[in-house]
Amino acid sequence: MDSDTPAFGDLERMAATIRCDIVQMIHRAGAGHPGGALSAADLVTALYFRVMRLDPRNPSWPARDRFILSKGHACPVLYAALARRGYFPLSELDTLRQLGSRLQGHPDMLKTPGIDMTAGSLGQGLSAGLGMALAARVRGLDIHVYVLLGDGEVQEGQVWEAAMAASKWQTANLVALLDCNRLQNDGEVAGIMPVEPLAAKWRAFGWEVREIDGHNMREIVETLEEVRDHAVRPTAILAHTIKGCGVSFMENVPGWHGRAPNDEEAEQALCELRRRLNG
Amino acid sequence: MPERVETRVAYGEALLALGRARQDVVVLDADLYRSTRTVLFAEAFPERFLDLGIAEQDMVSTAAGLAASGLIPYCNSFAMFITARCYDQTRIQIAYPGLPVKLVGSSAGLTQGPDGASHQSLEDISLMRGLPNMAVVVPADDVETHQATFAIAGWPGPVYLRLGRYPTPRLFDESYRFEVGRMVRMRDGGDLVLFACGHMVAKALEAAELLARDGLQARVVNVSTIKPLDAEPVRREAAGVQRAFTVEEHSIIGGLGSAVCEVLAEEARVPVTRLGVRDQFGESGLADELLAKHGLQPEGIRSSVLRALG
Repeated sequence: MDSDTPAFGDLERMAATIRCDIVQMIHRAGAGHPGGALSAADLVTALYFRVMRLDPRNPSWPARDRFILSKGHACPVLYAALARRGYFPLSELDTLRQLGSRLQGHPDMLKTPGIDMTAGSLGQGLSAGLGMALAARVRGLDIHVYVLLGDGEVQEGQVWEAAMAASKWQTANLVALLDCNRLQNDGEVAGIMPVEPLAAKWRAFGWEVREIDGHNMREIVETLEEVRDHAVRPTAILAHTIKGCGVSFMENVPGWHGRAPNDEEAEQALCELRRRLNG
Repeated sequence: MPERVETRVAYGEALLALGRARQDVVVLDADLYRSTRTVLFAEAFPERFLDLGIAEQDMVSTAAGLAASGLIPYCNSFAMFITARCYDQTRIQIAYPGLPVKLVGSSAGLTQGPDGASHQSLEDISLMRGLPNMAVVVPADDVETHQATFAIAGWPGPVYLRLGRYPTPRLFDESYRFEVGRMVRMRDGGDLVLFACGHMVAKALEAAELLARDGLQARVVNVSTIKPLDAEPVRREAAGVQRAFTVEEHSIIGGLGSAVCEVLAEEARVPVTRLGVRDQFGESGLADELLAKHGLQPEGIRSSVLRALG
């Protein structure tokens, strides 16, 4: 995985490894949000292992691309990707949510190497991403900013304030990546507070819109790279995903938004994920 | 009559000068750029000015992204909106990571006047003071405002700068040097001390002259940085007097009065009377009428002092 352009098969295996990390971390911590971390695993893997310009030895490199996990509760996926990418030792994943750990329950840019923005209150990340995209313009830097949001998260009005503003300034270097897993804490997004038609909404706000299968590595990578290289306006990528993807009993079950697996559940989950990794 | 200038006006001119001096300063506004006086900066440096429209939450979160990229953003709105409307964004994305965003609240306090309670910020200092890492600065006149506008650019963390639209007399000469965290004694006196901030510094000085005719010598201290507030200078300025008073155009809960009491209560040698708005919302009226109603004109301050000293 040290190559600049890993093959799709390598990326798929890395995503499966990261899913194992997620289950282990949350199981060990005894609390966390597995569903939305697992649904985003392929997207985050594509960004950190192929698409983004990064230097793990220099996390604050000014010319790096930026990633904001606006749905901050999914941070185990980001911690796993950062550790696997070499930002900090893999053993540190065992400390998630513990007193004194650099891996907080929600992302903390001061504590964790490689975290570009603190998060934890939903709906705020896209605005910060806009600020980074505009800062690049002011400072004359050619960087790309990726913001990962949940589909339920766009119920927060601030997301649309940011969408309006990005359209005003035509920040072609800003990408909103929506992890559309159709579930939120209390149930189905469509039932709690409908957000559809999402594509039409983003288009109406002046954004370019792409819709992809958020678990098809080839489609994820090709779309992200094409947007990175050719976008002329801000782009929203609606990635259709499965909440809890990779663990049969977590898939599409709202209850796995915010609870940790017990010993038995963790063992079964890891068994399924390893089968996928080796298969 | 000495020259009277609104601190927001002094800020607009200072910000323009700061824009010339520092290329890393960017200015954000939320559709109030004539009121906040950022219009001067906007016209001089359009490439470093962002009007986010009527969207304060988006504005401060965008500022977090700018600050995380090495720029120094000044975010502007009315005091009530820049503090309360986007409190969660400020808490999570600015105060918690300690990003050097400067939140500038214009038209603060009762002297906002006719727009009434919705626009009269009487809790803004309390809100900002409660956030770890956040400094709170309330300049007393145009000279101090100019100095503070420059000084906070170099302060490593976030700052709330509270400004008014009430013409207030000049208290400092050009040789004055504002520093974040340093209070300034404006008048000597051994009978009582008046700790004041913002417009209330000039009012406290006038009250001190009235009290002198009553035979009481009032020490007046300008606490232009309410946070960080070092304990030692507060104790020193309160030493040897019969009673300490705090005077602020803000609720007596959570602002300057609370900050001073928190220091002095640990020693319990000097009783403190807090003058300000007594846990109420504002209302429409002229600035001077409202200050008089809440006992914050010089005569009202004098009366409160005489009553407290019995």
